[in-house]
Amino acid sequence: MAEYIFRVFRYDPEKDEGTRGRVQEYKIGVERGWTVLDALNYIKWHVDGSLAYRRACRHGICGSCGMTINGKNTIACEQQVADLGTQVVTVEPLRGFRVIKDLIVDMEPFYDKLYAIKPYLIAYSDPPTDKERLQSPEDRKLLDGKYECILCGCCTSSCPTYWADKEFLGPNALMKAARFAVDSRDEGWEERVNAIDDKHGVWRCHTIFNCVEACPKELNATRAIVELRRLMLKGRL
Amino acid sequence: MGKFEGYRGTFRCVDNRWLGTDEAKELHEVEGVELHNVHEHDAVIVGAGLAGMYAALEVKKAGFDVAVLTKVFPTRSHSGAAQGGIAAALANLEEDHIEWHFYDTVKGSDFLGDQDAIELMVREAPLVIFEYEHMGVPFSRTPEGKIMQRYFGGHVKDFGRGKPVLRACMAADRTGHVLLHTLWEQCVKLGVRFYSEYYVLSLIITDGHCQGVVAWDLINGGIHVFHAKATCFATGGYGRAYKITTNSHANTADGVAMVLEAGLPLEDMEFVQFHPTGIAKQGILISEAARGEGGYLINDKGERFMERYAPDKMELAPRDIISRSMWTEFLEGRGIGGERVIHLDLRHLGADKIKERLPQIRELAMKFAGVDPIDEPIPIQPTAHYSMGGIPTDINCRVLGDGKEQWVRGFWAAGECACVSVHGANRLGTNSLLDASVHGKRAGRDIVEYLSVVECFEPLPVDCARKAVDRVNWILKADGPERPSELREILQDNMYELCGVFRNEEDLTKMYDIIKDLQKRYQNIHIEDKSKVFNTHLMEALELGHLLEVAEVIVAGALNRTECRGAHWRTDCPGRDDENWLKHTLAWKTEEGVEFDYKPVVITRFIPEVRKY
Repeated sequence: MAEYIFRVFRYDPEKDEGTRGRVQEYKIGVERGWTVLDALNYIKWHVDGSLAYRRACRHGICGSCGMTINGKNTIACEQQVADLGTQVVTVEPLRGFRVIKDLIVDMEPFYDKLYAIKPYLIAYSDPPTDKERLQSPEDRKLLDGKYECILCGCCTSSCPTYWADKEFLGPNALMKAARFAVDSRDEGWEERVNAIDDKHGVWRCHTIFNCVEACPKELNATRAIVELRRLMLKGRL
Repeated sequence: MGKFEGYRGTFRCVDNRWLGTDEAKELHEVEGVELHNVHEHDAVIVGAGLAGMYAALEVKKAGFDVAVLTKVFPTRSHSGAAQGGIAAALANLEEDHIEWHFYDTVKGSDFLGDQDAIELMVREAPLVIFEYEHMGVPFSRTPEGKIMQRYFGGHVKDFGRGKPVLRACMAADRTGHVLLHTLWEQCVKLGVRFYSEYYVLSLIITDGHCQGVVAWDLINGGIHVFHAKATCFATGGYGRAYKITTNSHANTADGVAMVLEAGLPLEDMEFVQFHPTGIAKQGILISEAARGEGGYLINDKGERFMERYAPDKMELAPRDIISRSMWTEFLEGRGIGGERVIHLDLRHLGADKIKERLPQIRELAMKFAGVDPIDEPIPIQPTAHYSMGGIPTDINCRVLGDGKEQWVRGFWAAGECACVSVHGANRLGTNSLLDASVHGKRAGRDIVEYLSVVECFEPLPVDCARKAVDRVNWILKADGPERPSELREILQDNMYELCGVFRNEEDLTKMYDIIKDLQKRYQNIHIEDKSKVFNTHLMEALELGHLLEVAEVIVAGALNRTECRGAHWRTDCPGRDDENWLKHTLAWKTEEGVEFDYKPVVITRFIPEVRKY
């Protein structure tokens, strides 16, 4: 067991309103194999029950525990403490979003961007009755790297363009749009293109690549955005 | 009122509203709840996993006003953690038949599953899969472009006599994730109303009639009343009663505990499935797909020990059998390094197959066990995974107040929290996503039928929120010496040891006493967050209350059932006892403890036989 100091951002709207929050230090022993979520759970269950954060599956599929750890966005449940390489670990809420309490942020604006791009399959032609639509393995492969998103918010929260322009759809919503754009079954390009071919859409991205670095699922939203641009230009020609 | 028997009284309705001055006032008056926090929806669904969202879609499609209440944002629900697949006899790659799937599920259930319900489920399976595909699920594909299928434990050809069959429809090893996200996308498309991060506290049931739920708004704090003509629970399981579990932190028996509290019975709660391949010490799921693709289970001596226990099906035997085999290896000193660990070896599959078909498993093994399965075996141990028991329902998902036939009008349940029963004493892999989807849909359809007959909201009892308000206030003010987290850890540690893969009377009695003691200590808890906004400590305390109530019923049921069947294995009983125990347990909570009743198993086609693999 190794000693670590966790410097955790705290904000209680009922006490700290009007302030910029505070930092609370917890000195705890960390066992081998612990993730940052394990450490937060230890703090909540054994040191300070008032610490608030979101968590659910604890193995990287639900996307609840996105936060900023030592300055880098990731999901806490997948971040091994030992891999951080520091004995002092700072844990902060995802930036770019309003803090509700401690490490919990308001994700509504993030979801709203998704709703804006119509995040569902649009198909006008009727599917075959009592059969699946066919899709070749090659066409299916185009979805790889786009459909695995867990909506943790790490990408959009790391995006300087989003910090400056809160209307920007952000890497997450644009990747979702790309996921449908390349799906051989989808016919919704016309419906979707207006939302993304916008000054707050694909053209706003400055290819800073923060989102790629932040994604815990190693997805490449910047590449997806570039693919969308290419599709759009093709459509204009 | 036609088919809805027991529907009393006459109503005057205009614009879907109760008429008459006094009554109209009553409609919105609930003690202890602010007026604007009383909501009205035709249907209220609790839980946003596959069952809940499928039900919501059906109701919404029919044009009714439906709201989904969930303690986490919908895509965070635990259905998304399912990896391997969803079963349906599509025969996309080789011969398969609905009847084979029917037989396998009955045999897998150790003949405790109700065969009418199982038959319905396997028949509707292909239709649900096609509907999912039409919604946009990115299934993996065969060379011809059809939905890809893989092997899974217990699914075989020719009524149990043949080789394993390719029946699990898959999207790599993220099947649950894609189904969950696609359902959510469809709900967004149709404009289903979600109340995310609302934690339901109690049911509103009077005289056998359900009128909605009372909930706590986690984000802002505050009690809300959801007044509904139809209420459907899709609240999931209770793996968090155990220390080693695949389940999410959110799976804390909330729905089933509320049903108990409302004086209704639960069915077959003693049957808790242990998944054989959880990452050692953490319980995180390594999908059965790893064995479906050909993975080996290896003990300390380097043996594929399943040879001894299921010589025919080997690693593809059902989960209960493999978990027991592993535990036997532990007891006989053949766990890896003498510990409770077995190796799951995938190395012979080769890097390409592992990367293409099991990418998430590789990621999980690397991130949580620190091993790359291409180079090293994964250390695993049995982990609490799924609850076969739950809220007793009929085949239309209507909740049965006596556990047998009397419907609690206006109340449905579907998915893991319900017990139809399609899994009996042991569930087959890939049948859980199927159960949640088919019964979510069935519940939705039945709700639509009900709503098209019932036009009015009946007045709410004014005191319907009192219990929930009192409980929240009690916990917020409580200042006893006990920490909820400490009590929960005692419960979880002991449940895994004393009410786990193998059980006996002595251990179970000890466990029962521990729970009784914990329930007493629970009365003296305190929480350290006294605020209203996003009070996760309050939620943990409420969840613990639910776990303690439900654990008591699990243990009492396990003590009561003196036989070995499926996931319930009593080392002090000789074996399966069809003469005395081919029946479902119904359990009620009373002042004196847990009371039991029974109901017969529905057997339509397959007569119980010895279950061998």
